Amino acid sequence: MALPKRIIKETERLMAEPVPGIKAIPHEDNLRYFDVEVHGPSQSPYENGIFKLELFLPDDYPMTPPKIRFLTRIYHPNIDKLGRICLDVLKSNWSPALQIRTILLSIQALLGAPNPDDPLANDVAQRWKEDEPAAIQTAREWTRMYAVSENR
Amino acid sequence: MSADSEDEFMSGMSSEGGFEDGNESDSVSFGEEFEDDEPALDFGLHDKDITSAPKKPYEVDFDVFGPRDIQKYQDKQIDEVGAILGQPPESTAILLRHARWNKERLIEGYMDHPEDVLEKAGLGLAGAVPAKTMVVDGFVCDICCEDEPGLETYAMKCGHRYCAECYRHYLSQKIREEGEAARIQCPGDGCSRIVDSKTLELLVEDDLKDRYHELLTRTYVDDKDNLKWCPAPNCIYAVECGVKKRDLNRIVPTVRCDCGHYFCFGCTLNDHLPTPCALVKMWLKKCEDDSETANWISANTKECPRCNSTIEKNGGCNHMTCRKCKNEFCWICMGVWSEHGTSWYNCNRYEEKSGSDARDAQAKSRQSLERYLHYYNRYANHEQSAKLDKDIYLKTEKKMTNLQSSSGMSWIEVQFLDTASQALQQCRQTLKWTYAFAYYLARNNLTEIFEDNQKDLEMAVENLSEMFEKPTSELAALKVDMMDKTSYCNKRRIILLSDTAENLKNGSWKFNIDINTA
Ligand SMILES: [Zn+2]
Ligand SMILES: [Zn+2]
Ligand SMILES: [Zn+2]
Ligand SMILES: [Zn+2]
Repeated sequence: MALPKRIIKETERLMAEPVPGIKAIPHEDNLRYFDVEVHGPSQSPYENGIFKLELFLPDDYPMTPPKIRFLTRIYHPNIDKLGRICLDVLKSNWSPALQIRTILLSIQALLGAPNPDDPLANDVAQRWKEDEPAAIQTAREWTRMYAVSENR
Repeated sequence: MSADSEDEFMSGMSSEGGFEDGNESDSVSFGEEFEDDEPALDFGLHDKDITSAPKKPYEVDFDVFGPRDIQKYQDKQIDEVGAILGQPPESTAILLRHARWNKERLIEGYMDHPEDVLEKAGLGLAGAVPAKTMVVDGFVCDICCEDEPGLETYAMKCGHRYCAECYRHYLSQKIREEGEAARIQCPGDGCSRIVDSKTLELLVEDDLKDRYHELLTRTYVDDKDNLKWCPAPNCIYAVECGVKKRDLNRIVPTVRCDCGHYFCFGCTLNDHLPTPCALVKMWLKKCEDDSETANWISANTKECPRCNSTIEKNGGCNHMTCRKCKNEFCWICMGVWSEHGTSWYNCNRYEEKSGSDARDAQAKSRQSLERYLHYYNRYANHEQSAKLDKDIYLKTEKKMTNLQSSSGMSWIEVQFLDTASQALQQCRQTLKWTYAFAYYLARNNLTEIFEDNQKDLEMAVENLSEMFEKPTSELAALKVDMMDKTSYCNKRRIILLSDTAENLKNGSWKFNIDINTA
């Protein structure tokens, strides 16, 4: 199946005007599959971390949202052990007018503002609510362990 | 039911103070008197059956509606409310759906702040613009990135314009794949404007329109607390019943859909009379949790208590006769059958063990498992027997068809078998649930009466069930006997259900758990 114009345009733009702190590169043999890197926002427990994600554009994209998953382990109330993300724009609030770049920006924003009231990883969310400083500490440690380049 | 409406229900409940226990004087009345807060759907499309018998204590009033009735009723409401608000039908429909069909609240809100109400329902400023596609110079579609000159485009009043092809594709995605209809939003990011029916008429492909209207009707029923879809597969009817959630510990609202399916209006599970929904939920959960430890669950074979040869249960009847030693015994308690004619006690009542055993903690847990198994065994047995009864009936029916020609009996004359089989199914269903009910009963005088009623029904059922195991050639001669036994079964069932329902309504049952926290 030929690649839709929309995906070609989006990819071109991602290459020509990359978003600071975000990298998304399509596989050569599958232009719907992207290797993604998101830098942890400064002032957040994920600062200095570089998080790898995989992104796939399903056949009916952009009518349905892209499928995205963290590959790097991360301690976050809205991201589970398998790297799945609980984010409204990836589900019910998806609009075909949204794009890969806007979605990746939302994910980066989610790292800066965890929302333990809408959890995907229940144990993490609970800890986040009960003892936020400790949870943030763990998130920092995980970032150092799994997402800082010299250790990967 | 969506999460939203559940929340609404919960908040509605707390504001009304919920269910007040022990207040006999204004005890809840079920049935006719719901018109005050929820207008009945009966708008002359259905004739009330005025000749029907007076209601039994366990019966509730309900009506069954087809999709066309519901559509008509929706349209009528839309016309009425539209006339009051001065809005065209498309917009009124959106407003009503947004207000979850609470027209009083909608009208009141609209009178106070029309702009707010319109905005919140996704209608923006009032006024109807004809829906049509148009060509816009220099247009690039944000969804497909197409920019060919002459591209047909569409936007609602919010101005989020996309090419008509993308708009169409978006709407079919929502309708076909996501089953949405009443609250489809504009494809624009973050735009909460709801796609109105004119837009849908313009853009939705014809083959999807039926599906769309079906979904709209669905959301109407889903939005109303007093309407529910019949859960039978492929059934198209909805049932209206005025029993509220807060009443469910006092009544088991069992309804019969026009398709023949009996179900509980409270929880939409199959008929579970006489057990209230909360106990049903607890019981099913318990059975699920215990199914692993419950390896004991009797399979279809048991050993004859006298000669130990293996006996397979092949009919619904519990009266077993060992082929080898001719020992007659009861499948459930393995006791001698001859004692069962007068005393069935060992079969339906769990004899509470003496308190001395209970001191030992281990004995206690074993005892509680034993107690559970006692009731579960009987519960499961009736479920299984109902299936076996049905199998036997189906086989018999086939034979009867043959018999019809040889014996000269007419089709009408063999209908007694069908009637008997149906009574058997229904009584076993009831019996099954009496055991779940009994499991949660605290022992007192009422329990004794309950167990006597249970025993009487059980005996009536086994007597009828046994008749199905007679050779087909004898059945014609047994017709009168079978009809008597059938009506006796039905009678026993009515007695048991009426008694249980009365006590439930009056809050007289004492349970060994807190039913209100279930
Ligand atoms: Zn819009
Ligand atoms: Zn387009
Ligand atoms: Zn039905
Ligand atoms: Zn129920």
